[in-house]
Amino acid sequence: MAKSVLLVEDEPFIIEALSFLLTREGINVSAFMDGNGCVEHIQKTTPDLVVLDMMLPNKSGMQILEELRAIDGLANLPVLMLTAKGQKKDRTAAEEAGVSLFMTKPFSNKEIIQNINKLLSS
Amino acid sequence: MLTFNIVAGICLAYVAILFGVAALAEQWAHKKKMTFLKSPIIYTLSISVYCTAWTFYGAVGSAARNGLEFLAIYVGPTLVFIGWWWLLRKLVRIGRTQRITSIADLISSRYGKSNLLAVVVTLLAVIGTTPYIALQLQSLTLSFAVFTETNANAPSPAITALLIAIGLAAFTVVFGTRNLDANERHHGVVTAIALEAVVKLVALLAVGIFVVWFVADGPKDILENAESMMPKDAGVFNSRWVTLTFLSATAIICLPRMFQVVVVENDAESHLATASWAFPLYLFLMCLFVVPIAVVGQEILPSGSNPDLFVLTVPLAMGQEGLAALAFLGGFSSATSMVIVAAIALSTMVSNHIVLPLWLYRTQSRNPESDDVRSILLRSRRISIAGILALGYFYYRLTGGTSALASIGLIAFLGIAQVLPALFFGLFWKNASRSGALAGILVGFAVWAYTLFLPSFGDTFLLSKNTIENGLFGIAALRPQALLGVDIADPLVHAVFWSMCLNLLVFASVSLFTSPKPLENLQALEFTNVFGRTSQRHMPSQITTSDDLFILAQRILGRTEAGRLFSEKAQEQGKPSGLPDPTPELILTLERELAGSVGAATAHAMVGQISGRDTVSVEELIAVADETAQVMEYSARLEKQSKELAATAKQLRRANNKLTKLSQQKDDFLSQVSHELRTPMTSIRSFSAILMNDGEIDREQFAHFSSIINDESQRLTRILDDILDLSFLESGKVKLNLENRNLGKLIEQSITASQTAFDTKEIKVNIPTAFHKVTLFTDADRLAQVFINLITNAIKYNDKDLPIINFSVSETVKTVTVTISDNGPGVSEADQEIIFEKFSKLSSGASSSGVGLGLSICAEIMRNLGGDVVFTPSKTGAMFTVTIPRTIKSRDAR
Repeated sequence: MAKSVLLVEDEPFIIEALSFLLTREGINVSAFMDGNGCVEHIQKTTPDLVVLDMMLPNKSGMQILEELRAIDGLANLPVLMLTAKGQKKDRTAAEEAGVSLFMTKPFSNKEIIQNINKLLSS
Repeated sequence: MLTFNIVAGICLAYVAILFGVAALAEQWAHKKKMTFLKSPIIYTLSISVYCTAWTFYGAVGSAARNGLEFLAIYVGPTLVFIGWWWLLRKLVRIGRTQRITSIADLISSRYGKSNLLAVVVTLLAVIGTTPYIALQLQSLTLSFAVFTETNANAPSPAITALLIAIGLAAFTVVFGTRNLDANERHHGVVTAIALEAVVKLVALLAVGIFVVWFVADGPKDILENAESMMPKDAGVFNSRWVTLTFLSATAIICLPRMFQVVVVENDAESHLATASWAFPLYLFLMCLFVVPIAVVGQEILPSGSNPDLFVLTVPLAMGQEGLAALAFLGGFSSATSMVIVAAIALSTMVSNHIVLPLWLYRTQSRNPESDDVRSILLRSRRISIAGILALGYFYYRLTGGTSALASIGLIAFLGIAQVLPALFFGLFWKNASRSGALAGILVGFAVWAYTLFLPSFGDTFLLSKNTIENGLFGIAALRPQALLGVDIADPLVHAVFWSMCLNLLVFASVSLFTSPKPLENLQALEFTNVFGRTSQRHMPSQITTSDDLFILAQRILGRTEAGRLFSEKAQEQGKPSGLPDPTPELILTLERELAGSVGAATAHAMVGQISGRDTVSVEELIAVADETAQVMEYSARLEKQSKELAATAKQLRRANNKLTKLSQQKDDFLSQVSHELRTPMTSIRSFSAILMNDGEIDREQFAHFSSIINDESQRLTRILDDILDLSFLESGKVKLNLENRNLGKLIEQSITASQTAFDTKEIKVNIPTAFHKVTLFTDADRLAQVFINLITNAIKYNDKDLPIINFSVSETVKTVTVTISDNGPGVSEADQEIIFEKFSKLSSGASSSGVGLGLSICAEIMRNLGGDVVFTPSKTGAMFTVTIPRTIKSRDAR
């Protein structure tokens, strides 16, 4: 059964690039572009992995992550935080909130595919 | 045989001795040797300048003519010295504490240091003293004349008088103005005067003893003869006698020369105690043989002989030439000492109160050197002395030998006595005022001149015979010698009565109705309460404990310093440990130490309180207040400084906060810039990697990905351009290209420029024709950029099929306001607050092509153009209002 990945991202071109790369790996890719309603969407669709942007309209990626970790059954959902904010304090904050992996933009295609596959298989 | 030449020779020798004594005394005083110079006896003897030639010769004459009347002249001063020594003590104390130099100085100082008063008193003193000096010259000349009968070569009386005047002037100049002493003391002169006093007394006593025991047969014989010889109507205790007593009592205080020796030359207050009995004794001895000489003189000399010269002529008639010469020296001493002291006193007054103020006034513009003033002062003293003697000499030449001169002594007394009310009440009555003193003195002086001085010349001077008999303007009430019809037979008593009464009345009433100035008040307190002054240190009678003193010292000096002081004192007292005994010496030392910290007056008051000394006086309170005022002023200055420091610190804090904030903003900005740049770079990197490594993608995909890379590259460039533009606008270094531009055309151009980005989109724009009537003087290209950004936003975020943009314009005298509204979704309330901030991410799903700098740039441009741009809430779509100054002014532009 094919794994499913949800891209929470407000930049269409980045969604397009990741969709292209992951689809080729045989992964089902869907996207959600707003901070509002994101957590509910994840609860409903229950993806195998979430790629989460930090800077989102209306609600930040950090907040979404914290809410997810507070929900029973989603506490262990793999979340890959992908952000243009590469400062150390952001990484630390995300790790404390229970992120599975932290990557900065721009990313290497090869690396992000490897990381996503690793997270999906574990 | 005593010839004129021999007498003149004796005189010269005597003067030489006086010179020697005076010079020696000056030297000794300078070297602080010979303490007897400062003995009370010298002081007492110097007071005998009271006994002039007028008393030396004239007392006998007066006794021969008027019986015991002459005694009044001795009773007055005796009463003052015995009964009123407390008044003298107060005068002396004030003289020392206030550094008084003359009676004019005293009066002026008491009444607020008024120089006008000083000048009036000085003039009064000169007018009152000149006849007196003339009188001395006359008696000297007369006594010389006694010896000239035998010598045809003797000079005329006028020449004698002139020579005497010159000689006296020389002596006075040499010893009276040798140096300028701050206290105006003249040890040399005083010592010479004391010697002369001895000579006077010895001479008179010698003549008296000779007369009683060698001419007559002892006192009993004299008394028997006195019955027949003395005038029968001579009386004591009648009105004239009382008046004379009063006048002579006044003279001992008010006459300039008496004030000089009693107050100014006083070395120590304790001398007064001796003088209070020794001077009356001196006077008693001086008058002891007056009556016997008068009696014997009348008996043995041919009738018609001048009784004023009995002292001289009786010994001569008896062939006692040596005794006659001694008597002559006695008279000579009396006259010279009076003239010398009077000249010194007057010259001090004239130069201090008239010459020096005039000179200072004339040289106000220049800045006089101290030496300059000193030499001027000395020179003015010398000229004054010469002038005063010249005045006396001319007065003698004018009136010599006439009855006017003989009676002028008492008349002059009364003239100077006019300062008595101001002086006496000034010492005891706080409310006595300057105006009162001045008015009283002037009124008294005028009355004296009108009722006594001018009439004494008969009808020869100013007053006509008619005026004297019938009164001024024929008004009987204004008769000079019977004012208001008060008919007192004796003109002297009449004048004393009126001048003193009116003087007192005017003085008291004017004082009551005038309010004194602050300085006057202060001086009044200093004078009336002189015995409560701080400078006098009365040792505490009941000693306090050292503990209290130590606590006080600690409080003021601090623990360490107080401990050091007290242990030092304890060691001095031979105590190995503990506090020293509270000796007066300790208290004085402590007071001195405290004075360094809190001021002398405060220290004195504090220590006085603790040591149970006298209560704090008004002066001390005033002095404390002065010090407190200084301390308060100082602390006010400190407070001001600390306020300034606080203000500076506040400014620095504010600046620091601002810098911190700016630094934070810079960090945030860099972080935002980094984020904004990373986003397009992510797409570019990802897609370019796909294109590089993947051979499997089709042509269509290849073209699509390439176009994304291209778009994102452009977006990157745009972001960088905007950032640079914005930072340039913010830096304030923008150079504006100002020109006149039609607003309508400018907006049309902006619309055209905006539309090129949206080729495919159709839009509708409404521009009222009013726009074409408005011309602005501004930077048109920058303003166009604002409109382009606003129009672009209106199109870009519009979700309608046909975006509509409405323009409207309104004008004021100075500004033009343009509103741009659209039919788009508008801006949510939350976003309205942040839309002008850099990189603001709006909640409503914004298009990815937005950078978030457009409105920031608009705001920054409008700020540079002296106007502004704001979001205007409206129900449909978004509305922005742009306000532009009609003509940009340099101060508007930033």
